[in-house]
Amino acid sequence: MENEKYLKDLTEIRNMMSQSSRFISLSGLSGVFAGIYAIAGALVAAKILSYEPSVYTNSQSYIATTNTDLVTQLVMVAAAVLVLAIGTAIVLTTRKAKMQGKKIWDSTSRRLLLNFFAPLLAGGIFCLVLLQYQIIGLIAPAMLIFYGLALIHASKYTFSDLKSLGYANVILGLIATQFIGYGIVFWALGFGIFHIVYGVWMYNKYDRKAA
Amino acid sequence: MKNIISNINKAFDHRIRLGIMSILMVNEFADFKTLKELLGATDGNVASHTKALEKQHYIKVEKSFIDRKPNTRYLVTDTGRKAFQEHLGALEKLLNTKNEIQ
Repeated sequence: MENEKYLKDLTEIRNMMSQSSRFISLSGLSGVFAGIYAIAGALVAAKILSYEPSVYTNSQSYIATTNTDLVTQLVMVAAAVLVLAIGTAIVLTTRKAKMQGKKIWDSTSRRLLLNFFAPLLAGGIFCLVLLQYQIIGLIAPAMLIFYGLALIHASKYTFSDLKSLGYANVILGLIATQFIGYGIVFWALGFGIFHIVYGVWMYNKYDRKAA
Repeated sequence: MKNIISNINKAFDHRIRLGIMSILMVNEFADFKTLKELLGATDGNVASHTKALEKQHYIKVEKSFIDRKPNTRYLVTDTGRKAFQEHLGALEKLLNTKNEIQ
């Protein structure tokens, strides 16, 4: 009897500690969608670049193109992927939170967003600077590295599994710096394949049981 | 055995108080509304238990105004942190010994 009461106490303590400090409604499925959008985006980008083979396939590629039209198109593709991925994540996460009877907008989700977007914003600005100096070849690696750092940072405020995805992206980004000219391949691997693998893993671990 | 039980802190012997302490241990602070929502308790319930913990100097209360609305923040004190950790240790030990006997 006593024993059970104390066990219940411990469960309550653990619940309150994690519920109050971590946002646990983040949808795993949204990771899968983000991955699919990223791969689609990479394919579109590859198609655009195929009209101008000198940009990425050339070993001199980091001394970029002056074709601003092309750059604009690529930026648009990246922005579209970002908007779609975030939009889907918001919809699916809201749905999951509703199913769990949790609030979507509370101190835990606010903290998660702030800690995720702070490094990401710095990375985004840094990538624009790279674009400004036309160091095109380093943009994809920089995106992967900063995105990975943002994930590692955010993982303290949601599922800690996010950390592995973060490290994987940072390492991939660093490797990508040594293979300039294959930016799109690494981009598709990091933002595409890694997301899908992570999403499926998270879905199986957390969401399927709840559904 | 006596020794172990003496470390069980009566001040924490309630679901709501346990919850309040758990939340404050892992957060810099929490406001009244957050505590209420997380614990699924009533205003009066949260108020009386926070008051009890405050009396023991386990938590601190900071009142301020946000957008001219009163806002109450709760923080755990060093004494509270230590007492809660001892309580957790005692719970753990108690459960371990009981399991061994069984």
